[in-house]
Amino acid sequence: MRAMTDMKTRQADALTPEFVAEADELVSHYPVSKRSASLPLLHLWQNHFGFIDDSGMEWIAAKLDLTPINIIELVTFYPWFRREQAGKTIIRVCRTLACALAGSYQVKDNFCQAVGIDPGCEHHGFGHAPPTNTDGSFSVEFVECLASCGSAPVALINDDLVENITPSDIPAIVEQYK
Amino acid sequence: MVSLLPTPHPKERRIIFGNISKPGYSPDIETYLAHGGYESLKKALGMKPAEIIDMVKAANLRGRGGAGFPAGAKWSFIKYDDGKPHYIVVNGDESEPGTFKDRYILHQDPHQLIEGLAIAAFATNVHLSYIYIRCEFPKAAKIVWEAIKEAKAKGFLGKNILGSGFDLDIYVHQGAGAYICGEETSLLESLEGKRPYPRIKPPYFPAVLGLYMKPTIVNNVETICHVKHILAMGPEEYAKMGTPGDGGTRTMCVSGDVQRPGFYEIPCGGVTLGELINDVCGGLKPGRSLKAVIPGGSSAKVLRAGEVFKIKSKGPDGTMVDKDVPLLDLTMDAATLQAAGTMVGSGGVMIMDDSRDMVWALNNLNQFYAHESCGQCTPCREGSLWMSKVTTRILDEGSRTDDAKNLKNIADNIAGRTICAFGEACSWPTQSFLAKFPDEFEKRVK
Repeated sequence: MRAMTDMKTRQADALTPEFVAEADELVSHYPVSKRSASLPLLHLWQNHFGFIDDSGMEWIAAKLDLTPINIIELVTFYPWFRREQAGKTIIRVCRTLACALAGSYQVKDNFCQAVGIDPGCEHHGFGHAPPTNTDGSFSVEFVECLASCGSAPVALINDDLVENITPSDIPAIVEQYK
Repeated sequence: MVSLLPTPHPKERRIIFGNISKPGYSPDIETYLAHGGYESLKKALGMKPAEIIDMVKAANLRGRGGAGFPAGAKWSFIKYDDGKPHYIVVNGDESEPGTFKDRYILHQDPHQLIEGLAIAAFATNVHLSYIYIRCEFPKAAKIVWEAIKEAKAKGFLGKNILGSGFDLDIYVHQGAGAYICGEETSLLESLEGKRPYPRIKPPYFPAVLGLYMKPTIVNNVETICHVKHILAMGPEEYAKMGTPGDGGTRTMCVSGDVQRPGFYEIPCGGVTLGELINDVCGGLKPGRSLKAVIPGGSSAKVLRAGEVFKIKSKGPDGTMVDKDVPLLDLTMDAATLQAAGTMVGSGGVMIMDDSRDMVWALNNLNQFYAHESCGQCTPCREGSLWMSKVTTRILDEGSRTDDAKNLKNIADNIAGRTICAFGEACSWPTQSFLAKFPDEFEKRVK
């Protein structure tokens, strides 16, 4: 496992006016309480930078008149958010019953092998990045039910849902995201 | 997404999925308008709000998210002119294992949802509404947001909708990967930007102290979509499709060991479990026999093949008599499945055949609940993890003599002892798997 997350530079120092305008737009969706914009701003931040560093949490807190702990407690609770860089492509294989019945454990192991990640390596949550390969091109993790049980087994690869996956499909799927 | 909508089965009646299954149907507003879109909203804006609520009540529409609460009754908890702001929050957090219907509505027919939501908002004096979509549907969030902007540009949302004087703004809010946010009070906490710890009821019933502590309706995506059709076809016609007390159609999502898994929109109570498995879904895989059915999402209690239930029904002389109903003859409506000791829940039917190991299946669900417990209440936070550890150990090392007893004890000490229904949701699988398949646990004792 690699440690490629650069903690010396502050993400907040690299904000563009466009980013700030987008953040302001999101805040405007919550006329009753700015605090409601904390999840949307965390998504915006993570989509932009790949993860959320301390400066990001401080910036969002200040934007919403909150203290940083109000934001940190979200990043450590919600499985989607992370404080470390993940792979360029994230493969999230559904682990729950319908997909498991259809072979998702094998599918996840095969994805790990195809991109060079130890299948035994687990994602521990709490803001950590999912297991990532050494060149930082892929992360693979199990996630809970992706609500596509009728076309199991499925994986969410970046923003794409990939369905009815068989082990023999996996090399071609991985190739598409290289 | 691959299409799970082949030619409709004769048992199906596609209301919600009527448009989606038409060739060439796309989620943009022009297509929706070409298919009669926003006509129900126009009709609603000419009615009295109370009349709309009465129609939803008369339609016997029950919530499609899992709890099955009558939608009209939920709406009538909101006092139209109490001087407070009201909100409607649409629950698009679809995360109950086995359930996959809202995904298709959100991706493929967002205007149907927006129209239903505008009608619901008009009926309950709501001017600000949120559609909460789980972040694992990133494309759906974009599609629904585009649809909202289109509807606004056409005057179906925003200020003075179609000249009626009624204002409504809708925004999309994305979750962040937590199953608990499907619980309505948890969803509201999440929407307020907090950790999604469910609120205790009483006093925090959403209809009284909901979003921002104001009266709030939380409805499932499919539930809100039905509203438009109730107005279009009239409540009597709509109710007639279902059973008394469970009107309209329900989307049954079938997964697991059947030939044709998928979702099927069927009049409530319109099929038996046997018809659903053998007829609609093409039966089990070749050479296999049925072992177990989870009929309403992973939290619903499991049923065992060959079970016979005592169900009350009206005899020829009009008195209620107990009738023996075999598993495959159970009709898939709320009342019947409740009488069979389980629930229709979110409509997620998971089928397991004789090749499946029930301890393995339970362990899969236990790991899910252990991962998803929010940790607010001790019995659930600790208990869900203990249950998961015990079933994992049984699989890895075999069972100790008292494992089954301990599992039941843990589950019994969660259900009813937590702030939200997750406590029941995580203990019912363990309780029901132990009760229905004790042999599978016993044979593992070392």
